[in-house]
Amino acid sequence: MLPIEVSGLKKYYGNLKAVDDISFTVKEGEVFGLLGPNGAGKTTTIEIMEGLRERDNGDVKILGFDPWKNGYELHKKIGVIPQNFTFFEKTTPREAINYYADLFHVKVDADAILREVLLEDMAKHSFESLSGGQKQKTGLALSLVNQPELLFLDEPTTGLDPNARRAIWEVIRKLKAKGKTIILTTHYLDEAQQLSDRVAIMDHGHIVAIGTTQEIIQQYGSSERLEIKGSQRLADYIRENTELQVEYNPQRGTITIPLKKRTDALASLAAAEQSGLEWSNIQTRQDSLDDVFIKLIREPLDGQEETAPEAKTDKKRRH
Amino acid sequence: MVSVKRIYADFKVFSVGYLRNKFGLFFGLIFPVVLILIFGAIFAGGGDGTVNVYAQNQDTGIFGQNIGDSFLTALNESTTIKVITINPSDNFVDFLASKSASEGIVIPPNFSAEYIAGNQVNITVYGNPASSTSGIVTGTVNGYANYFNLQRFNGTVVIGLTSATINTQQTSYVDFLIPGLIGFSILTSPMFSLVNISSEYKKAKLFKQLSLTPLTKMEWLTAKVLFYILLSAAGFLLMVGVGVFVFGVHVTLSPWLIPFLVLGPILFAALGMLVGTVTKNPETAGVIGNIITFPMMFLAGTFFPISIMPEYLQTVARVLPLFYVTEGLNNVMVYNNISAALVDIAVLGVITLVIFTLAVKLFKWRED
Ligand SMILES: Nc1ncnc2c1ncn2[C@@H]1O[C@H](COP(=O)(O)OP(=O)(O)OP(=O)(O)O)[C@@H](O)[C@H]1O
Ligand SMILES: [Mg+2]
Repeated sequence: MLPIEVSGLKKYYGNLKAVDDISFTVKEGEVFGLLGPNGAGKTTTIEIMEGLRERDNGDVKILGFDPWKNGYELHKKIGVIPQNFTFFEKTTPREAINYYADLFHVKVDADAILREVLLEDMAKHSFESLSGGQKQKTGLALSLVNQPELLFLDEPTTGLDPNARRAIWEVIRKLKAKGKTIILTTHYLDEAQQLSDRVAIMDHGHIVAIGTTQEIIQQYGSSERLEIKGSQRLADYIRENTELQVEYNPQRGTITIPLKKRTDALASLAAAEQSGLEWSNIQTRQDSLDDVFIKLIREPLDGQEETAPEAKTDKKRRH
Repeated sequence: MVSVKRIYADFKVFSVGYLRNKFGLFFGLIFPVVLILIFGAIFAGGGDGTVNVYAQNQDTGIFGQNIGDSFLTALNESTTIKVITINPSDNFVDFLASKSASEGIVIPPNFSAEYIAGNQVNITVYGNPASSTSGIVTGTVNGYANYFNLQRFNGTVVIGLTSATINTQQTSYVDFLIPGLIGFSILTSPMFSLVNISSEYKKAKLFKQLSLTPLTKMEWLTAKVLFYILLSAAGFLLMVGVGVFVFGVHVTLSPWLIPFLVLGPILFAALGMLVGTVTKNPETAGVIGNIITFPMMFLAGTFFPISIMPEYLQTVARVLPLFYVTEGLNNVMVYNNISAALVDIAVLGVITLVIFTLAVKLFKWRED
């Protein structure tokens, strides 16, 4: 049994297809990143998996449970940080942890948990007086109280300063080292790359790419290419004197040559030198996850456009 | 399975949070007491300090003179008493009871004749020994009797006083104000608070978050209800204390008050919950909450008895759930009328059951 099995999942809000037929599985001990622009359907998907929302269609098994029907059982085994976590205003992080411990009927060392998420100095401040990042850390602390085997972290690092982000990364790495399965959404692609074993990129309720970040870059990104600065004449010269495919960008004055094999670089440079023309700034480049992400999100696949009037859906998507 | 441990955990977190919120504490406990002090100070002692006293002159007069009339006219000119004469043929004691008056004066039939003949004749003064106004009335009547005695040519004492005890006690405004304001705080604290938290928690997705723990919505609501029952009990003691020690009110404390102090907070916590649940956002919830709360606050016999309101408003008052709390509290604390209070308990019980069931049914922990 895999901890997460989702197939053919659909969720509509009226005409809006928030999640439109997605399928994926997550293995035990895996950190799985859900990426995608605002309104892609990440939170909806996560909340369905947590048993907070009812699905319209499809099969979802979380730790073997149907999350909507057997939520009460499931919840004892999962930890959750919801997007924009909030808590009772007048309650302190330490009280919150002890409250959760009482609810879950477990014994915890509240201070140890607070130390783990770097929040021990705010232990006695009321929740309303915490900064955004400290609130988020309180959420993370609470998600750990019941020692869950599966964690759902919906944008756990949004709004955190770089140190706090790294602190949370450390917590996530430690959890992974303990063998916990983690679902993570984030808008920071470097974070996804650093932490996730595999990612899925969602857009308009579809999964547009899934796999390790390396696999996704290879599949959807252009491969390694050589870039040099030079003139149109130089570009033409290289094209005529090698078998390579040469592109020229007149605005930037750059010549781009995709490299099918490493020796292609040598051949292009030899031709450039031979031409006797001016050239400079040799660079080799490869698409990053960012490039691939932007490409995938910009180029809508067939049938993915909404039928509803654009202005209206736009508003809905920006929330 | 309901877990006492979880209810207690939620109760603890909620009360600690509540006690840290100075506003909640002020409106829950201090504000009703302030209202008692203000209203009590305004209305205590009936304003100008004169006491209304019913008097019956049975004197038939002699030689065209009616000394009884003269006596009452003289009394009426005093600054302490205002005499209201009633028909000599009425049954005086029944009349006093019907007005729930605790003082009265009766001048006997042969008053003029005996006075002129110089024979001993007694005026009967009805009073309640526990009431301070009765003392004032007795004292005043006594003073005028002496004056009339001195007016006689040789100053012999002929007019005496007989006192008769009467058990009805004049309810003062403050007596009435205490149950009213206890009802007021039983309504406002849980109602405003639950309208607010149930809509704010929904907006902040706190209910969703709680649904991820083993806490059930029934346990959550129970913890809130328990808290407001304790808060109203504290408010009750505080208000009765202030009433008794500051204004010397006469209220009866009895176990029959408990059903009102328990059912009231359950009812209004559930009603607040219901408003927060069926509305879309905290702003709408606040408006709807006020539309329901304010008429009840003024019309359900909190600040003044509904008997002084026009007939149609009394009808309105009778459909307001709070009315059965204030009426019940009055029946127990002021009128000692337990059988009437039982009716209030029954009505209140039914309303509470309906509202509570509805609130629990409609209140959603998570969305679909
Ligand atoms: N309760 C709801 N009712 C109606 N529409 C909703 C509701 N919740 C979400 N949506 C819509 O569903 C779509 C997906 O929303 P979702 O919150 O899943 O996106 P997301 O990927 O988590 O976005 P973000 O990165 O901004 O958090 C959006 O267009 C959103 O407006
Ligand atoms: Mg989201």
